[in-house]
Formats: sequence, C-alpha cells, structure tokens
Amino acid sequence: MKNPARTWLGALSVVVSVVVFVVPFAFIVLTAVKDPQQAAQLDFSWPRRFQPVDNLVQVVEARDYILVIAFINSVILTVVSVAAMVVLGAMVAFVLQRRVTRWTGLINFLVLSGLIIPPAVVPTIWVLQKAGLFGGLPGLILVEIAFGLSFSILLFRAFIATIPRELDEAAVIDGASPLRLFFRVIFPMLRSVIVTVIVVQSVAVFNDFTNPLYFLPGEQNATVQLTLFNFQSQYNTSYNLLFMDILLITVPPLIMFLFFNRQIVAGMTAGAVKG
Amino acid sequence: MTTLAPTTPPKATSHEAAARQRRSGRTRGTYPNWFYLPAAVIYGTLFLVPTFASFYFSLTRWTIFKSTFIGLDNFTEFFQEPALVKGFVNTFLYAVVTSGLKVVLGLLLGILLTSQIRARGYLRSVVFFPVLVSTVGVGITFTAFMDPSYGVINKALAAVGIDGPGWLTDPSLALFSVALVDVWKGVGLATVIYIAGIVSIPQDYYEAAKIDGAGPWQLFRNVVLPLSWPATSTVIILSLIGGLRSFDLIWAMTRGGPGFSSDVVASVIYKQYQAGFYGLSTAGNVVLFLVVTAIVVPLARFLARKEVQR
Repeated sequence: MKNPARTWLGALSVVVSVVVFVVPFAFIVLTAVKDPQQAAQLDFSWPRRFQPVDNLVQVVEARDYILVIAFINSVILTVVSVAAMVVLGAMVAFVLQRRVTRWTGLINFLVLSGLIIPPAVVPTIWVLQKAGLFGGLPGLILVEIAFGLSFSILLFRAFIATIPRELDEAAVIDGASPLRLFFRVIFPMLRSVIVTVIVVQSVAVFNDFTNPLYFLPGEQNATVQLTLFNFQSQYNTSYNLLFMDILLITVPPLIMFLFFNRQIVAGMTAGAVKG
Repeated sequence: MTTLAPTTPPKATSHEAAARQRRSGRTRGTYPNWFYLPAAVIYGTLFLVPTFASFYFSLTRWTIFKSTFIGLDNFTEFFQEPALVKGFVNTFLYAVVTSGLKVVLGLLLGILLTSQIRARGYLRSVVFFPVLVSTVGVGITFTAFMDPSYGVINKALAAVGIDGPGWLTDPSLALFSVALVDVWKGVGLATVIYIAGIVSIPQDYYEAAKIDGAGPWQLFRNVVLPLSWPATSTVIILSLIGGLRSFDLIWAMTRGGPGFSSDVVASVIYKQYQAGFYGLSTAGNVVLFLVVTAIVVPLARFLARKEVQR
C-alpha cells in the first residue's frame, strides 16, 4: 500500500472507531457527572454543571451504602473463587497431563463438557439448598469455581505439557514428596499462565451477572452487577447516578486492561492458533 | 464471559508417557489421584449432579421441596405455548446473527489491524476493551442510545434526515438490535483471535503468492482466508456457544420484550423460575442443553476435519 493511502485508511479507521467505540464510553462518563435534569434527557451533550463528587457521594450512600457492601462482596467473590480455580485447576491439570490412564479420556471429556454445557439452574439451587448453602456468598463462590474450573484446567494443561518431565524425576530423586514437587517445583514455573488465568477469570467473575442473579437473591447481599440492575429499576429518573454506578464498575476491568492487556489477549486467544 | 480453547490437547506424548509409566512404578506416587479430589467434589456436586438431575426434574411438576412425575408434559408445553416457541426460534436467530457478524467483522478488523496502518495500537485497544466491560452496563448504555425519541442514534439519524426506527420497541426489530449490541461488545474477542491467526501465517506464503502475481483480493482469497481457518472455527464455536446461552444482555435491554418478541430460551428459563414453575424452567434447561450439544459438537468435529485438510 502506498503511503498516502495508508494514512487515509488510518485516519478513516480512527474516525470510525471514535464514533463506534469511544462515544459510548464518553456518554457514560458525561452522563455520570451531569445534574439529574440534564442526565434525564439522555443526549450526548456537554454537561451544564459538573457534579462528579455530588453524584459519587449520592450513589455510594444510596440505600444504606449498598454499593459499598456490593463492592466488598464482589471482591471477596472474585478473589476467593479465582484463587481456588488457580490452585485446584493447576493440580488437576498437572496430574491429568502427567499420568495417562484409562480414565484420562473420560476426564478430558468432562472438562470439555464444562465449557459447552449450559449449567442447569434450578437443580443447582436444589443442590445448594440441600447443602444449606443457597443464598449466601460461600455457595456462590463454589458455583463460580465449578463453572470456571474447565477453562483454567485447559490453559494449565497446555502449559504443563511444555515443562519437561525430567524436572519431576530429578525432584523425586532428591526426595521431594508429591505435594512438595507440585507446590515448590511446578507451581512456581506456571507463573505466566497463572497471571493469565487470574486476569481472565477475575474479569469474568467480577462481570458475572447471571449467577449472582440466581444464586444470591435478596437485595441485602448484592454483587456490583446486581446493584446496576436494581438501580436501573429504582433510578428511572436519576440517570446520572445509574451511569456513575456503571462508571465505577468499569474501573476495575479498566485497571486490569491497562496492566495486563497482553496476558488477557493471550489467555483469550489460547488454542486459536495452531500453525 | 468465560472463553474456551476448543482444541484437543497435544496427544503426541501419550504413548511415550504410557511406556515410561510402565518403566517406573513411581508415577502413581508422584502424580497422586487425590490431586483431583477437591476440584472433582466441587465440579461434581455443583455441575455434574445438577446436570444429571435436570433430566429427571424436567419430567416433573416441581416445587423445590416436592416433585411429581408428569412425563413429557413440560416439553409438550414448551413446544405448544407460542411465547415459549418464540423463545426457542429466537435463540437460533440470535446465535446465527451474532456469530455470523462476528466472523465477518472480526476477519475484516483482523486484516486491517495486522496491516501497516497508523494508530494500530490504539485501534486494537479500543476494539478489544468492550469485551472486558460489564454486560449489564453496556446493555443500559445502549438502551439509552436506542431510545426512539431521545436516543443518540435516532437523533443522529434525524440530523441527516432519516426517521430512525424504535430499535427496542418495535417487536420485529428488538432482537436484532440486541444482537447488534452483542456484536459491538464481542467483536473485539473475534478480532484478537483473528489477529493471532493471521500473524501466525508464515511470510513465505505471501511472498510466494506475490511472486506469482497475486493481487490483494487473491492474496485474501487464497492465502489469508484458508490459512486463518483455525481462527475462523474458534470464533464460530465460541460465539455460537455464547449466543445460544446468551441471557444477561437481553435481560438488561428488553427483558424479552416487547411482549415475547425478544425472548430466548435462557430468558424463558429465568421467567419460569421467577414464576415458580421449576419443572418447566428445568425443561427449558434440558432443551438448551440438547440444542447446544446438537449444534456445537458436530460443528466442532466438522470444522476440525476441514482444518486438517487445508
């Protein structure tokens, strides 16, 4: 391509991308700092009055600080479930990759099913209720772990396949127990893929709406995604607060994106490239 | 938004591994079975048991405490009630439209963003970022955009003299409007998958084609398209699975409305659950399970076969 043509194409793409992808985010930010009357018009305009602090305080204080509680819930949910996905997923992937038995095929099949099969909602509630875990954060954490394990296992297994077996053998000859071998030798070597799993899964769990909707009913212990939903029906008139809430919820993924862009893309495209 | 890598693991080492295992009796001790245990307990009780239980409960009239066996009544109802049939048909429409558009746009954007274009880094970031944003937040934002009289989209159309439709209020349009937003949010993932696929094509192919006098179109048709086939099959499978199961965006934007015009199986499941028809809701789950496996599994096989032949 000739240089002027390239410049024109670049300029055109930038203009289109601004209209298609930047305008919606600009709209969120602008609406979040408007006064209620102007925000209610839902138009793409410059705020008459900037009141970001006012709106922030109002949305945080709304309904007895439900947003603060929701943020705490979401952080606990994300941290605990992703930590479990990493450790338990890596343990499974390690044995699954290293030891081939007649069960290996079945286990692989079960792992893949976890990615494809839509979870059965009401029966899951039934199981949680039998276990006395329905409606609480621990139950939801376990559900997120169950639904997220498959993806973690696949990423870990692909990476463990590149670690030479000789390493295990050397460690065993030096007298390492299986636990020691795994946690002291293998696990530290998985660092790059662990970062990928953490980043991809925490964005997924933090943004999850469906599972909290089903498994964490009641307005008292909401997650951040549910507050959005509750505010949507409650704040039909206060669009500035609704969009301030959206803005706040977008910050954690944005931070993840700024720091871990490469790992996120690597994790999400894993398996797409084969030659 | 969990994604997957629908590729089989490297199997090449399995024979070698088995041989080695016979040699050393230590394998079992070094790689103990109980490493599976914690994961298996959680996955088994909260994923496998409910999945199997759903087949039984879908045949019952069910209040969480008591279930009465009623045979296939739930399924009969599912396929006779017009509102539920609509949801069933919509699920296919939604999945096909979103994954079709994601393939086409993802491929075009992938080619554009691997070429020597200005501002490439900015463009890649801005296209990908929506993937990481809360679906409900995106849904609310675009619901505001698509408002028939106040919305930004119709105002912009009015400025150039077009009378914009009621994107979410017109029953024949609502589902497609939501699908477009889904594409807006998800095309970034398709694009990065294509970028990874295109980048991995060896330069030799391009050079050989150019020496043979291939123009840009021939280059695209005979080099890029066939050699990025693994990316295409990943995008198709991923977005079909996502599209068939899609719930949160639809729920945030239309709640299945107006009427039942944008209901899909997943939103029917939620509505029946809310209404207390647990058996019917679970039957919806079984229907969704059958639809997803009946489409995705054969398609994945077919696509994988084409990959080998390329």
